[in-house]
Amino acid sequence: MNPGLDAAPGIVAVTLVTVATLVIGTWGLRFSRTTSDFFVASRTVRPRLNASAIGGEYLSAASFLGVAGLVLTFGADMLWYPVGWTAGYLVLLVLVAAPLRRSGAYTLPDFAEARLGSRGVRSVCSVLVVAVGWLYLLPQFQGAGITLSSTVGAPTWLGPIIVGMVVLANVTSGGMRSITFVQAFQYWLKLTALLIPVTVLLAVWAGDSAPTAGGGTWSVPLAAGGGQGLYVTYSLIIATFLGTMGLPHVVVRFYTNPDGRAARRTTLVVLALLGVFYLLPPVYGALGRIYAPELATAGRSDALVLELPRIMLDGPAGELLTGLVTAGAFAAFLSTSSGLSIAVAGVLSQDVTGRMWGGHRLGGVAAFRLGAVVAVTVPCIVALAAPNLGVARAVGLAFAMAASTFCPLLLLGIWWRRLTSVGAIAGLVAGGLGSGVAIAWTLAVSDPEGWADTLMGQPAAWTVPLALVTMVVVSLLTAARIPAHTGRFLVRLHTPETLDLDRG
Amino acid sequence: MSRPWRRRHLGTEADRATFRTLHSASLASPALREGLTRDSAERSIRHLHALLGSPALALTDTAETLAWHGGGQHHADQCPGLAVATVERGSTRMFDRGDLPCDVPGCLIRTAIVSPLVVEERVVGTLQVFAAHPTAGLARAADEVSTWVSAQLDLAELDASRTRLMEAEVRALRAQISPHFIYNSLGAIASFVRTDPDRARELLLEFADFTRYSFRRHGEYTTLAEELRSVERYLLLEQARFGDRLRVTLRIAPEVLPVAVPFLCIQPLVENAVRHGLEAAEGGGHIRIVARDQGQECVIEVEDDGVGEDPDIVRRALAGDAALDSIGLGNVDSRLRNAFGDDFGLVVETAQGAGTKVVVRVPKFAPGVHA
Repeated sequence: MNPGLDAAPGIVAVTLVTVATLVIGTWGLRFSRTTSDFFVASRTVRPRLNASAIGGEYLSAASFLGVAGLVLTFGADMLWYPVGWTAGYLVLLVLVAAPLRRSGAYTLPDFAEARLGSRGVRSVCSVLVVAVGWLYLLPQFQGAGITLSSTVGAPTWLGPIIVGMVVLANVTSGGMRSITFVQAFQYWLKLTALLIPVTVLLAVWAGDSAPTAGGGTWSVPLAAGGGQGLYVTYSLIIATFLGTMGLPHVVVRFYTNPDGRAARRTTLVVLALLGVFYLLPPVYGALGRIYAPELATAGRSDALVLELPRIMLDGPAGELLTGLVTAGAFAAFLSTSSGLSIAVAGVLSQDVTGRMWGGHRLGGVAAFRLGAVVAVTVPCIVALAAPNLGVARAVGLAFAMAASTFCPLLLLGIWWRRLTSVGAIAGLVAGGLGSGVAIAWTLAVSDPEGWADTLMGQPAAWTVPLALVTMVVVSLLTAARIPAHTGRFLVRLHTPETLDLDRG
Repeated sequence: MSRPWRRRHLGTEADRATFRTLHSASLASPALREGLTRDSAERSIRHLHALLGSPALALTDTAETLAWHGGGQHHADQCPGLAVATVERGSTRMFDRGDLPCDVPGCLIRTAIVSPLVVEERVVGTLQVFAAHPTAGLARAADEVSTWVSAQLDLAELDASRTRLMEAEVRALRAQISPHFIYNSLGAIASFVRTDPDRARELLLEFADFTRYSFRRHGEYTTLAEELRSVERYLLLEQARFGDRLRVTLRIAPEVLPVAVPFLCIQPLVENAVRHGLEAAEGGGHIRIVARDQGQECVIEVEDDGVGEDPDIVRRALAGDAALDSIGLGNVDSRLRNAFGDDFGLVVETAQGAGTKVVVRVPKFAPGVHA
């Protein structure tokens, strides 16, 4: 890619992160508290630690690389991505966090089954978890390809394969499985990997007598924007604000909280941690405007964070910072893809590989391993074959699908007592099909133009209302099928644990 | 034009009547399987009425009306009297106009056939069929239906007694912990009263907390955190007694602490381990308690380095052989299976002289299970 590129810092960083991940994954249990003193049981995971872990798992390639690239290319409009990804937790905090924890559900299909008492809804949810998970994994693998090609000069196909192998090795060996400490560490690693370079680069910029980007203000798009800007923005807001609650790897982390109150506190801390983190990528974008506008025109804007240190600084300092951001980026791929792969593999092992096949049934661990292989291989292959959408936009599509399926289910399931299983299935199918068709369309059409492509490229604004309305209308039509335990279940969801009350 | 395929498909008129009857019966049975209550009576009486085809039908317990279906609602007040009279006799009775005073003109209800509902040789209620004329056929039908309802109620009783048995086992388990453990603990605490009063006080408080948890009345499930806290108290008290002879290692992944587990499902295993671990003569025993996070499941292991056990004996204990002294094992096993399904029974790894490891797997979520 980049002739005469010094590959050493990148290779060192990638190797270090990979080895560290594998070592921690294999020997990770040694880190968990080994003790003979008492009161271990009272040490549940504290909200602050859990929040760091959620941050570590949540901040993916899209946040680490994609946001800066989008701001570079499209300007300040794209700040809606980080704003939405953070604000999603606000919606989660206000409407979902505590009741979801009190429901006792570990995964989204669990919640559906507990709330509606129906295996049918559970199966539909499982399919959707796998779909959202794969959609989210795809850009992680593609991001890995970009990282390796721009820092090491390796061919683009190598990144997905390396990340896929590491994740698979980790997940199947039982390592990194929701070890809170490791995930929490990942958040701080990612924050450091962006914070230190950006501080240095800002100092360089100030020493450079603080130039501004030529040709208008920095907030104006470099690429020509369409007339559909307003629609796209609102659709993006809907997808990101409402999609966060439907991400399979985020939901499972809430189970770790001891009660609903802790779940709320955790979410609050997550908001703060994400708020801090998302200040940084736009700074890279703005600096990129000044020093590296050619990346946007070359269509390699996702590599901005990785290449900016080298562009702005010569010599070992630039190499060192490049190594640091590369390590951070790789940590981002590994932690997010591990979390997602575990979530997808869990669902696959429960509902697919753990079933009877030809009179023969796999045991728990074997089923989980087979599930993990499938969970990683499929998106890895697609990442190699599919066109590169841009890391942040592909993640945006995963959010759109989560928002148009799980968001209505969670909101109505928690706050509306007249939801029925038939209504839930109808809504999930409507939202899933709508967003699925839109995503397939977007992947198939290479250069979008006109309203149809816009509607398909950013579907949340019509698929979320579609799913919500379908769910409500069909539920009202099948009012006879409201589950008998609805009242009791909602009492359990909404009563604080401190109240002494029969939750039977 | 006739449609012969349909006729052949559904069989003769008599066949169809049979199917209708069976269908009505199958609709009524789920409600009745919950026992005779106002709710179950109201849900089942429509289908029972369809079986009999009389103008009205009532279900009562021994003293009051539970449900009425059909016309002539004003007669519902008379049901309790008929019920009491039938319960006294203990067999089907016929009542005529004299017993059913009525001032509503054109009322169809002039006679009643009342059959007792018998569960385990005890009359629990009555089935009352109201009609214009008493016929032998209707009396026979009423009798048969009441026998069928009685059989359903018998099954309900069986379900209830199975649940009661399970609850009784938990209670027995609570009672079983107490006697020698209470005696030994109090003895150990007493030995500290003079030499180390502060420790004695702490131990006494631990003891109080431990018994409060163990004798808790409500709730079938608890969180793993609560259960482990109780285990810690138990071990603290045992260590007061055994001192350095009892060594304990706990390795608990904090992620699994919120998991819901059956009440008192770890404590008996630890008690077994302490007993076996310390039987290993000289140096005392080492007990390891590990709780690991495995994605959708949580794995809890209780391990001792004691004398071990003959696998055959363990197999018998798990099957519930009451002659053996580890009743706790079979009880915990059956409660785990009951809560989470047969995939989640206890796994015991042991051999003579090789220590014992008991593995409990608990899913993080199971429908109907919450702490």
